[in-house]
Amino acid sequence: MKYMLVTLLLIVAPFFLFAQKEEELVKKVKSKLNQVNSYEANGIIKIDVSFIKAPNSPVRVYYKKPDKFTVKKEGGISILPKGGFSTNLNSLFMTDGYTIVPAGETNLQGSKVKIIKLLPPDESSNIVVATLYIDEKELLIKKSVITTKESGTYEMIMLYGKYSTLGLPDKIDFIFSVKDYKLPKGVTIEYESGEKKSSAARPGNQKGKIEITYSNYVINKEIVDSVFENNK
Amino acid sequence: MWTLLKIELFKIFRRPRTYIAFAAIAAIIILIQLAFYSDGENFLQFGMQSLKESFDIKGKILSGYLVCFIILQTLLIHVPLLIALVAGDSIAGEANMGTLRLLLTKPVSRTRFMFAKFLATLIYTLLLLLFMAILSLPVSLSVFGSSDLIIMKSEMVVILDSHDVLWRYFAAFGFAAIAMTTVASLAFLLSVFAENSIGPIVATMSVVILFTILTTMDIPLFNAVKPFLFTNHMLNWKGFFEEPVNYKSIFKSGLLLMGHIIMFVSAAIFVFRKKDILS
Repeated sequence: MKYMLVTLLLIVAPFFLFAQKEEELVKKVKSKLNQVNSYEANGIIKIDVSFIKAPNSPVRVYYKKPDKFTVKKEGGISILPKGGFSTNLNSLFMTDGYTIVPAGETNLQGSKVKIIKLLPPDESSNIVVATLYIDEKELLIKKSVITTKESGTYEMIMLYGKYSTLGLPDKIDFIFSVKDYKLPKGVTIEYESGEKKSSAARPGNQKGKIEITYSNYVINKEIVDSVFENNK
Repeated sequence: MWTLLKIELFKIFRRPRTYIAFAAIAAIIILIQLAFYSDGENFLQFGMQSLKESFDIKGKILSGYLVCFIILQTLLIHVPLLIALVAGDSIAGEANMGTLRLLLTKPVSRTRFMFAKFLATLIYTLLLLLFMAILSLPVSLSVFGSSDLIIMKSEMVVILDSHDVLWRYFAAFGFAAIAMTTVASLAFLLSVFAENSIGPIVATMSVVILFTILTTMDIPLFNAVKPFLFTNHMLNWKGFFEEPVNYKSIFKSGLLLMGHIIMFVSAAIFVFRKKDILS
């Protein structure tokens, strides 16, 4: 019996030790991100979705602790994946009590990263699981894959530059699933011209990508809550 | 020529019938604008349901540019019918009143007479389009304001930057002018054959309606015929709201419509020169 207990302890102990190490890493990343209470920045949005044709748009991005995030285009329309950006990394770390599960290491953007899975403490949470690829040396999240209940799985790839000391990326690639888009021709008042059609949209679920390139961050400046109110 | 044109314009704008088209266009545009002003947001929410399943769309969607696009999309199919009212009357109306023979006793060649008639019809068509453009674009912009233009197509969503929209409207109205002139020239041609203006007006309307129905029906048999229907090419003003703009297709349609205009007007002049005028 004693022998069995010792064996079990020897098998389980490394996992706890590793988990503790990963927990430390997450804490360090969290404290780095915690330096930023709010930010606003200029951004350029590039939409790459098969059925959307939109020019690259200049936008203003706003974030405020704990989970307020919005993107606005002056005098125009901004389009973002549903629910996706509300699960941005800063707000992810504002919630305590995530179960941390180490999931190994890999190479990303030329550096070694730790793979860590975060499981929410609350069953009612919209996030099912978040997988983070953390650069241990620079304490930066290089990639995250977040699975949500309402909006499917999102992948974010972050590139850092000038603001890496605060954990703020210069560019985010946001990859997500999009449902097929179709409207009846009677509604859009469209007719078949009889000409050969270009293959625009493929049927079924597809992947979409939105790139945001940030510049001119203004960090920890007071942002009024009205900025985040949902304007139609 | 100028005197002849002035006389023809005077005749057109003296008739109450001429102003029916202006009144009808004003009524339709104002009604559409009122409808969008009172309940446009709900209408757009309905149209964007499919898109909003996957995306959060923020900003001003209901803008003057969008309302103008919807007006053009609704009206440019029906305006040809209003143009036929005047163009179909240009020669047949004179014949009906018994003034055609009298007019031709003047020392003016039949070709010049026909050119003056057609130019007057053309000016009427362009004025009608200008009236429509003013009511639908500047008025909509002043009521709804400006923003990016979002165009919901059956399989595609096109978003155009607000600074990149105005020139497209100028181009679209330019193209619409060619399209409407095609209908005017068809009515003008049919007008030569009739002694009563009802005939060419109804005949033009019938051709436009028949061709439009063939254009709208998505049946493979008709799809083969569509490239040859001028009504199909008349809708190519929408090409300016594509990204990127398919200039080749628009140019081809514009050229085809101009070919129709030249053909119809030349045929009208040819027939009229040979015609035995008895009324």
